[in-house]
Amino acid sequence: MILETYPPDASSFLKQEKNQFANPVGNTILQEIEDIYEELLHGRDSEKLSDFLDRIIKIRAIQDFSPAQAVAFIFHLKNAVREELGGEIRNDQLFEELLEFEHRIDKLALIAFNTYMKCREKVYEIRVAEVKNRVFSLLKRADMIGEISEQELDIREENIDSVV
Amino acid sequence: MSEDLSNVPKPDELMRIDHKPPRKGWMDVPVDFKPGTYSYTAKAKNLKILGMPNPREWSPTDEDWKLPENWEEIVREGFKDRLDKYRSFQLFMDICVRCGACADKCHFFIGSGDPKNMPVLRAELMRSVYRKEFTTSGKIFGKLAGARELTVDVIKEWFYYFYQCTECRRCSVFCPYGIDTAEITMMGRELLHLLGCGINWAMEPVANCFRTGNHLGIQPHGFKDTLEFFADDIEDLTGIKINVPLNKKGAEILFVVPSGDYFGDPGTYTCMGYMMLFHELGLNYTWSTYASEGGNFGLFTSHEMIKRLNAKIYAEAKRLGVKWILGGECGHMWRVMHQYMDTMNGPADFLEVPTSPITGTRFENAKSTKMVHITEFTSDLMKHNKLRLDPGRNDNLIVTYHDSCNPARAMGLIEEPRYVIRNVCNHFHEMPENTIKEQTFCCGGGAGLGNDENMEMRLRGGFPRGNAVRYVQEKYGVNRLACVCAIDRATLVPVCDYWAPGVAVTGVHEMVANALLMKGEKERTTNLRGEPLPGKEEVEDE
Ligand code: SF4
Ligand code: SF4
Repeated sequence: MILETYPPDASSFLKQEKNQFANPVGNTILQEIEDIYEELLHGRDSEKLSDFLDRIIKIRAIQDFSPAQAVAFIFHLKNAVREELGGEIRNDQLFEELLEFEHRIDKLALIAFNTYMKCREKVYEIRVAEVKNRVFSLLKRADMIGEISEQELDIREENIDSVV
Repeated sequence: MSEDLSNVPKPDELMRIDHKPPRKGWMDVPVDFKPGTYSYTAKAKNLKILGMPNPREWSPTDEDWKLPENWEEIVREGFKDRLDKYRSFQLFMDICVRCGACADKCHFFIGSGDPKNMPVLRAELMRSVYRKEFTTSGKIFGKLAGARELTVDVIKEWFYYFYQCTECRRCSVFCPYGIDTAEITMMGRELLHLLGCGINWAMEPVANCFRTGNHLGIQPHGFKDTLEFFADDIEDLTGIKINVPLNKKGAEILFVVPSGDYFGDPGTYTCMGYMMLFHELGLNYTWSTYASEGGNFGLFTSHEMIKRLNAKIYAEAKRLGVKWILGGECGHMWRVMHQYMDTMNGPADFLEVPTSPITGTRFENAKSTKMVHITEFTSDLMKHNKLRLDPGRNDNLIVTYHDSCNPARAMGLIEEPRYVIRNVCNHFHEMPENTIKEQTFCCGGGAGLGNDENMEMRLRGGFPRGNAVRYVQEKYGVNRLACVCAIDRATLVPVCDYWAPGVAVTGVHEMVANALLMKGEKERTTNLRGEPLPGKEEVEDE
């Protein structure tokens, strides 16, 4: 379902190519969504969950998606469960369990939003760091000049002192 | 009221929002310039310095790109010119059978999922116009024959996607017909330049190079200062005072590096590495303040510009009267030296076939260009046991090697850097086979795209590489990514920072210099970066 959010020509590739290095986007998403699903089903919302989430969101945070689109996939999990287990839920009257499960998904969505913001901040951080590093050697040289003029200042001050 | 309510979608319907992009044909989807995915345009002053057409201030997000009035005619003429001049271009326009073998091989497609980043579609952006303008079927059948009109939107699309190709040539490795999409991109960029549509990250270095010999516009005295600054740092580290031969007439070897090596970290450590190695060998070589740049962003501009900027290398070799040329760790520089220099500015018959003065090895492979790659030179030294090395000094590094696109694919430099690394490092691990050597994944920031405004696109394109780095990081604890390219040393830093945080980027000769036991050196406690050497951590703490 997440893979469907990519253009059709791309989503077929993302689904079909199974080599994790030839198709890192498709494989990461499939792998991690499975992990997330497992964790959720077993009711473990541990740190692991946000690790799995991190891997997917990291990718979507720098792709051509709005913030909402980037994290919307979490809600697809609700559909997935209803579709997969709908019959069982109705037969066995598992509505409370369903609610509980969906509640966990909502919590996950909040974590997802945090993760998304962290990724975006990281991108800006990286941009700033790169610009800084680029002018680093210029600054180094400028600093050297700065040192010299400070020295000169000291000398001048000394001179002034001696005059006074 | 009840009517209103009935219009409100039910929760269930809300859940079924279709995230699928509209199924429109690719030809009809215009480009949307979003921040983070394109490069700023070339400044008018740079185009003026170079005498290039239509200098003006403009932005891709402007509705009106201020194209020359007769822009269609210019493109048509330019297109035709190039079809006549380059047989390969004509061939590439005609022979693609759209088999799709290249489609999923581009790092930008893999990382972005944008179909127009499939190499076959990237080329189709031009081919469709070619069909319309230059083939009978295209003229008659139009869209049915895959042809389309040349419009301003097409120009915008070219600008967007030809500056989303790093000219890395990974796709061409997989094409059964040997179609090189990088060359199509180069043609696309040439045509765009005729209209004054270039990017500043490429054109500023070109303009600087034209005036001062290097990308950064560093003048001779600045260049001298910088190298002497390194010599001081080296003395602090080793206690050895090394001299810096500059513009030395009659030296045996002219040494040329990309300016990134003496301008930005971590390239500077590699630069110091060369200096230490040459000092230890007692090599009779010289730097040049004129040929102070091996890199050549002409490669990302036009064939004419490659030639103009490259001419200084042979000219300087001649002026100084050297015997042959040695080149530092750079990627695209080697594509130029290996594939263009000889034809464009040669023959260099005033030079000799490069022969190592230390081992006597004749570099027959460089018989024609007279220029040898530093890892060829150093691996030959190692093969002949001419260096005293202590790889243990690099024991804090767990290294993997990124094949830079151009050395790997354009000159087949695969084994030499690995041989050098294995001689100076005890911990070396390869990334998965389909991400290295000829199939190496680009850093995502080559060909002029390594600017910070384009960061998101770079991170998309860098994902396949970053993913492989992360894999070896998790599996073997890799903490250093080595490469032989100055662009890589700048662009892989963000890629690692985002996709595999904790992995730093290094040049190969930085590690060589760390392991190199120099005559008369004092006991070193740190490596070139000032990190404590293994076993010397406590000494540092005191
Ligand atoms: S692999 Fe070659 S022939 Fe096949 S679609 Fe790509 S460019 Fe065309
Ligand atoms: S040359 Fe590289 S960047 Fe360009 S289309 Fe081919 S694989 Fe993509």
